[in-house]
Amino acid sequence: MSASGLSRLWDAWRLRHRRRYLLMRAIRRRRQLRCLANRTTAIRRGDILLFATMRNEDQRLPHFLDHYRRLGVAHFLIVDNDSTDGTAALLAGQPDVSLWFTRHGYKQSRFGMDWMNWLLLRYGHDHWTLTVDADELLIYPHWETRPLPALTGWMEDRGLPAMGALMLDLYPQGPVDSAPHQPGDDPATVMPWFDSGNYVMRRQPLLGNLWVQGGPRARHFFAADPRRAPTLGKVPLVKWHWRYAYVSSTHTLLPRSLNETYATDGGERLSGVLLHTKFLNTIVAKSVEEKARRQHFANSALYDGYYDALAQAPDLWCPGSARYQGWRHLEALGLMSRGGWV
Amino acid sequence: MSLGFIMLCHTALHRAAQVARYWAEAGCPVVIHVDSRVSARAHDKLVRDLADVADVRFSRRHPCEWGSWGLVAATLDASETMLAEFPQVQNVYLASGSCLPLRPVDELQAYLADRPRTDFIESVTTADVGWTVGGLDRERFTLSFPFSWRKHRWLFDRFVDLQRRLGIRRRIPAGLVPHLGSQWWCLTRATLSAIVNDPNRARNDRYFRRVWIPDESYFQTLVRVHSTRVESRSLTLSKFDHQGKPHIFYDDHLQLLRRSDCFVARKIWPQANRLYREFLSGALADQPRAEPSPGKIDRLFSKATERRVRGRAGLYMQSRFPRDGWENGRTAQPYSVFEGFADLFEDFDSWLSKTIGGRVHGHLFAPDRVHFAGGETIYNGCLSDSAALRDYDPRLFLTSLIWNTRGERQCFQFGPRDNQDISWFMTMDPNAQISVITGAWAVRVFRAKGEFSDLRREAARLQKIESDHIAILRSHHAKARVRIWNLAEFLENPMEPLQTIVDEISPNALRRLAEAPRLADLTGFGRFIQDLRNQGMQPTLVGDIPLGEDPAPATNRRARPYLVK
Repeated sequence: MSASGLSRLWDAWRLRHRRRYLLMRAIRRRRQLRCLANRTTAIRRGDILLFATMRNEDQRLPHFLDHYRRLGVAHFLIVDNDSTDGTAALLAGQPDVSLWFTRHGYKQSRFGMDWMNWLLLRYGHDHWTLTVDADELLIYPHWETRPLPALTGWMEDRGLPAMGALMLDLYPQGPVDSAPHQPGDDPATVMPWFDSGNYVMRRQPLLGNLWVQGGPRARHFFAADPRRAPTLGKVPLVKWHWRYAYVSSTHTLLPRSLNETYATDGGERLSGVLLHTKFLNTIVAKSVEEKARRQHFANSALYDGYYDALAQAPDLWCPGSARYQGWRHLEALGLMSRGGWV
Repeated sequence: MSLGFIMLCHTALHRAAQVARYWAEAGCPVVIHVDSRVSARAHDKLVRDLADVADVRFSRRHPCEWGSWGLVAATLDASETMLAEFPQVQNVYLASGSCLPLRPVDELQAYLADRPRTDFIESVTTADVGWTVGGLDRERFTLSFPFSWRKHRWLFDRFVDLQRRLGIRRRIPAGLVPHLGSQWWCLTRATLSAIVNDPNRARNDRYFRRVWIPDESYFQTLVRVHSTRVESRSLTLSKFDHQGKPHIFYDDHLQLLRRSDCFVARKIWPQANRLYREFLSGALADQPRAEPSPGKIDRLFSKATERRVRGRAGLYMQSRFPRDGWENGRTAQPYSVFEGFADLFEDFDSWLSKTIGGRVHGHLFAPDRVHFAGGETIYNGCLSDSAALRDYDPRLFLTSLIWNTRGERQCFQFGPRDNQDISWFMTMDPNAQISVITGAWAVRVFRAKGEFSDLRREAARLQKIESDHIAILRSHHAKARVRIWNLAEFLENPMEPLQTIVDEISPNALRRLAEAPRLADLTGFGRFIQDLRNQGMQPTLVGDIPLGEDPAPATNRRARPYLVK
């Protein structure tokens, strides 16, 4: 057998172990979750399920729920990570939300992914699943006229098990804490600006994913050290199987074939965009807290400068910023693609 | 005279029921075949739902796996039911459960009445089809296919290989000429009963049972035996993507479907409430009649296929990241790279910008920062001028810049002082127009103040970098439009090369250059070059600059008459 064949086998073996390890972790950590409202008996075959971990998101939640209900999400499975605001109460009152609670560390749970993998394993099998953060709003080609079941039906017909999405950082014009936002408002109207053409990507050989970076955070906070800039490629929509596991946030999964959401033959695959509403006016207060909690990066100390800069309420807007005008615009700019879905 | 519909259903039976009711209530008998893999409960519900409609029958059920004989068997059985139970039916239309009528039935009936004894069925000889999946066309009829393509692809392929290797061929029954075409047809009673009652029916069925995807060839072949007039097109609007899967119509296709003027469309997404509401409400009856023209909407679909298969040139993004050599265009559009010009001319940027009427960048790959035109710190698409960000991925920096400025030609300076990582990429890019004056860096070294030994070391360094770069440009892999002069050569007659380059940038604005860029003061340059030589350096890239005789700043007048084509 050739050397490359051997190394491929070795990689496959390693990744298989990694996946099993992740699943074991997820199964063990299920005990960290206390169920507050279990309405999962309402889940029907073929329902699209949404999984999320959140903390203090009562500002974003009303629009978040509206958005995904409109897309046709049938049930929300949410882990509340020790919120101190009205998040838990708000979620517990929703008829289509099942809610779990935990005080355990977000970072120690691999940024919530152990909890997500457990819920996915337990409830996601054979469903199309959407795993997102509270500050991520998924859009995809035709999303306003075709709900998720249309998309997943089309993907299923073509044997596509997963769709990739670019995290697109939205920001307001002016200091990031300057745009007023009321719960329920669409963040895309409050802070409609984004970077349209400064993304870089490279293929990561082991997991086979595209590592996408760039955008306003790379340009503004990491111009001296681009390697540290946040990862923007995600795979939020997957036809789940209990054997699957997210590896690092929702950036990568195992088995690795699920990460191949891009075409390498010159064509374009279908992809979406996660409108990232991180820079809502609450960002400044949140950054101060996040810096103190040290829960968001593996090597948190390296990101102190980032949090300090955020706490200064920087202005990310520049004359080159593009204004959000809907998915067709994003597609024309080359940030997403309909990939043959007419 | 009447029209009957056969419907082959396997999912979304409530939609099939809706359409069947619509047709039956318009006076058209309907025979429904339900895939035998559908549960008895769902089947019974459909039967109950349609119990109050008079002219609906259900035919014997067969399993209808894609590409299997079951589909043909189901169609044949349903046809027999139709012919036996509804003697008044003169035309039979084969539809599926996911079809939707786009125009009222009486328009279709009138259309058929105007074209008596005509069979509408796409029927093309195997030599003429370009759309078969899997590369099998003629072989569909001469090999055997006992394994499912969908479920056992590996066995399917191996068995095909085996038959090819052993040279096994099935004989095509006498009198049959294989034809292929869309599964959805509309036949006359005469033709359909001739096919169903064909004296060779048993032989035909036995043969087609083993043909691959017989639903696209059984009727298409036999109609050539029995029909008097074949109109080789389907009345059903149906579009297929590059994988041979049918495109699905959604609510937002409403106007598109109307514009097509077709009678029936498939496949409709079962939850396309608006389409079903609009087209089944009868509100469309007063639309003007027109010949069905599926071609009107072809452009949209072929463009989508093009995008899926070939993508947009020069775009690198989350779902398009071509391997080397598969880019279909490394960059989005042509751009120009100038090497040495800014060293030799004092105002080259502004001169070029004025000449071609566009913005011109400085050294985009300079070590300190990106020198965007006009000294911008952030350019189109929010590209930053940070050298670190650029050097993190120089290729994507360049492709992003070209992509972000589509419609506006990019020109920039490049030289041995810049990050050289981009050399190969530009050289391999047919969109790059690279013009080089080798050794022009020496002018800037010459004009710099400093210790001669430092200048000499700098000159040697730059020469080394530039010769490596030139070697790349001269590689036989190069695809860029490359022009190289050495400094001495260029100085002999600068206007002609400049004119050539400018003409290429704006071919429509053929005009003679009125004004030349201002040449740097070269007094003493010849001496400087000689000094380099005396210090043991060989400034080969500069060319043959004679000692003492400094290059004359004679470029403000044209050296010799330049004839424009």
